[in-house]
Amino acid sequence: IGMKVRPVLSDPEKQRGRSAAVAIAALVIAAGIPLWWKTTETYRAWLPAARISELEALQLELRVEVEVVFARGTLSPEQQKKVPASRITYESCCKSKSLCLVEADHALHTLTETSCGSVVIYIIPEASALLPQDMRVYVGRSRTALLRSQVASVVGAGLPEVLAALDPQMEQVLQTMSFNHQDVTAALTDRLRPGLSTRDSLADSMRAFKSSPGYEITFSLLNPDPKHHQLHWDVEAALDAYIYPLLHKMAPVANFSVDSQILYYAVLGVNPRYDASASAYTLSADSLAHVINPVEARLGSNAASSNPVLNFLLYVPDSLHSPLIIRNDQKQEVASNAFHSPRWGGIMVYNVDGAYGNDTQFPVDIAIDMSRVMGVFLSQLRLMLGFQQTGAPPGFVLEAAGREGVAEWELDRLLWSRSVENVATASASITSLAQLLDQIANIVINDNIAQQVASAVTALQAAVAELEAGNLALALEHSREAISASERAFFDPSLLHLLYFPDDQKFAIYIPLFLPMCVPILLSLLKIFREVQQHRAEKRAKRD
Amino acid sequence: MPNIIAVVCASYGLAQSVCDGEDLPARAERFFRSDHTNNWAVLVCTSRFWFNYRHVANTLSVYRSVKRLGIPDSHIVLMLADDMACNHRNPKPATVFSHKNMELNVYGDDVEVDYRGYEVTVENFLRVLTGRLPPSTPRSKRLLSDDHSNILIYLTGHGGNGFLKFQDSEEISNVELADAFEQMWQKRRYNELLFIIDTCQGASMYERFYSPNLMALASSQVGEDSLSHQPDLAIGVHLMDRYTFYLLEFLEDIHPASQANMNDLFKVCPKSQCVSTPGHRTDLFQRDPGSVLITDFFGSVRKVEITMETINLTVPGIPLERFGGEPHTETALAYVDQLPVAQIIHQKPKQKDWHPPDGFILGLWTLILLVFFRTYGIKHLKHIF
Repeated sequence: IGMKVRPVLSDPEKQRGRSAAVAIAALVIAAGIPLWWKTTETYRAWLPAARISELEALQLELRVEVEVVFARGTLSPEQQKKVPASRITYESCCKSKSLCLVEADHALHTLTETSCGSVVIYIIPEASALLPQDMRVYVGRSRTALLRSQVASVVGAGLPEVLAALDPQMEQVLQTMSFNHQDVTAALTDRLRPGLSTRDSLADSMRAFKSSPGYEITFSLLNPDPKHHQLHWDVEAALDAYIYPLLHKMAPVANFSVDSQILYYAVLGVNPRYDASASAYTLSADSLAHVINPVEARLGSNAASSNPVLNFLLYVPDSLHSPLIIRNDQKQEVASNAFHSPRWGGIMVYNVDGAYGNDTQFPVDIAIDMSRVMGVFLSQLRLMLGFQQTGAPPGFVLEAAGREGVAEWELDRLLWSRSVENVATASASITSLAQLLDQIANIVINDNIAQQVASAVTALQAAVAELEAGNLALALEHSREAISASERAFFDPSLLHLLYFPDDQKFAIYIPLFLPMCVPILLSLLKIFREVQQHRAEKRAKRD
Repeated sequence: MPNIIAVVCASYGLAQSVCDGEDLPARAERFFRSDHTNNWAVLVCTSRFWFNYRHVANTLSVYRSVKRLGIPDSHIVLMLADDMACNHRNPKPATVFSHKNMELNVYGDDVEVDYRGYEVTVENFLRVLTGRLPPSTPRSKRLLSDDHSNILIYLTGHGGNGFLKFQDSEEISNVELADAFEQMWQKRRYNELLFIIDTCQGASMYERFYSPNLMALASSQVGEDSLSHQPDLAIGVHLMDRYTFYLLEFLEDIHPASQANMNDLFKVCPKSQCVSTPGHRTDLFQRDPGSVLITDFFGSVRKVEITMETINLTVPGIPLERFGGEPHTETALAYVDQLPVAQIIHQKPKQKDWHPPDGFILGLWTLILLVFFRTYGIKHLKHIF
């Protein structure tokens, strides 16, 4: 009673038991473990890792196509013979000395077709009267430059020597018209170590907006005193006339959406001080920084898009505080009566006290001179969009942009720096995304992300190839594609990694599940193994 | 040291301005005191339930300071895990007080809460930081910072060694937070970041940071608890935590043009007042904390430049009409009749429908009758009927 009786198994039963244990173990190992692995792994679509690692060591080569045209009288006859003339045309326009520079430039512009990014340099004789005496170079509104030089005196009159003699001057022209070292490093500021770029270019890069697929521009009229001033501004016509041409030219760079609004009873947050000497109210430069914040709360923004917003405010002071002038650090009056804030926009103060006398019936109808206002806003817009205030090097005459808003070579400059910036940003995004996905093993990589990454890498390589070939327009297009695909891939909402599981927590979850199942299997396998060993030992003993 | 450099450059600037009328070095110097052009703030309260009133009050007091110093609502992402102002247990609805005796209402009139209630989760918080929000998210719920933004991040709630509890059901670990900041750095979503946390064992949350340009402050060290400040007997809960209470007191003295720097902020709430030991971490920060202004993170001081160049647009392309002496021929505008007043005035008084007496009246009369007949006997019934 109470004795433990071991069941005596016959041999076939033992055999069946053994094969059952082995079969279960085999099933668990062969089918169970792969199944568990497969079902707990995260779906990661394949990313082109090799091409991405190539991007890390990307070398950019920028190529500018330059066409050099020698005008009559610059080359001596024997040089002329040796220069392979692809086109000999006699420009009759340059003959008459009474022609002014702008007309000459316009006439020359019609002769050659310049593609985006290329530069045409016309060499004119020393004695030419087109340029003022001390100026050597004139840069026009399109992509042409006039360079005054005498190469007839160069010894050894082959083409290479002639071009070598012109090299330093041409390089200076190209650095002004296309890009120079500072521009390229400024476009790469956040990818480089600090200290590499100069302060001016750093200030420029802080002021201009970063490359973005679109921008929103808002023009606001602030009227703090509707009881006295009834303001009329024909902003639609002014935008059509002055701003839209510039935005149209910038279409390859980004999309723009423009709106306008009028805000009543909006005041500046700063009290201006009355200056008896100028009999006007003044805002000093220090107080300007505090003007923007109270106003910004009242400016709306387009809730549907996440594009950066540029605000241009026109403030008409109330009748009690008119006229209002802005003073700079040296207490001098500012001609434009406007100021701007980097990456935000600009504010202009427009005084209307001259439009009415003391005894007019209020409210007074006042029409705002939009051409004056738009002149200021246009120059501020240029600064915000990235057209730098390039100081002309000594001896250069740079033609002002005028009504079109921007000269073609200025636009080319912007396109060069934007392409470089886009390529740098896109490659940085892709490489950091690949690194992130490598490091965090349990982020799911969907197919669409892999597709975006692949198309971004393709577009990047195409952009780099186009930059090397000198096709600026195509390079910009590819770089925009690359940056939009890389941003979409990086900021995809599905890339949020699953909660962080430290290793000891993983063990704590799996052990209660698998240990009770694995222990019997292991023990039975051990038992079978020991029996087989014993059997073999017996067999060997029997033989011997 | 920074002051001396500033003086030297300014004088150089003046000397130059004699020559070319431009004070470029001085202007550039003002630019480079700090590299930021805009400010953002992400303020998060992670606890719900009425007894965690103090965490909401903490967050709202930092929100109030940050708004007062100039950061607009469009640049603040405010996440409150529970609604204390309109809570059923709030004896003073639509208010959240931070001082006992109800001295300071931090809820105010124009609070803009971007994430409220159950929307405040670890996932949403990380999505806001890294920018991985679904495309339908409105602008006010996004952190649209760029590489020249200074961001202030303030977290408060219940925490432990290495984690912070969200909504009483999930937690964020310090590793996840550090990874999120690294992803922000990779995409250059911030220029400099100030991280303040007011929870128990708060210093454990910034231990794992490894991205550059981060400065962190915490209300207590690992192993210490952050304590609350004072209860209010009328409201019945603790109103604020000690660290944030003294932080608010410190910030009330700051105005937008103030020159107070980070070293002053590190001294806020010493052990004698806070009971716990506040900690800070500046090794990842590139600038010296003494040269960092409080308003670099809590305020929004814009850099401005005078517009020197204008474009001469003399001849307009389209003639613009003058409005000068136009006679006013417009008809006076009037509102459409919203209410048919004529019908109302001449209307007959509406017949009131008869309703049977409701339960209260019935019960009252039954009671009166019962008492009467009880007192005076049932034989009086025949006098009534």
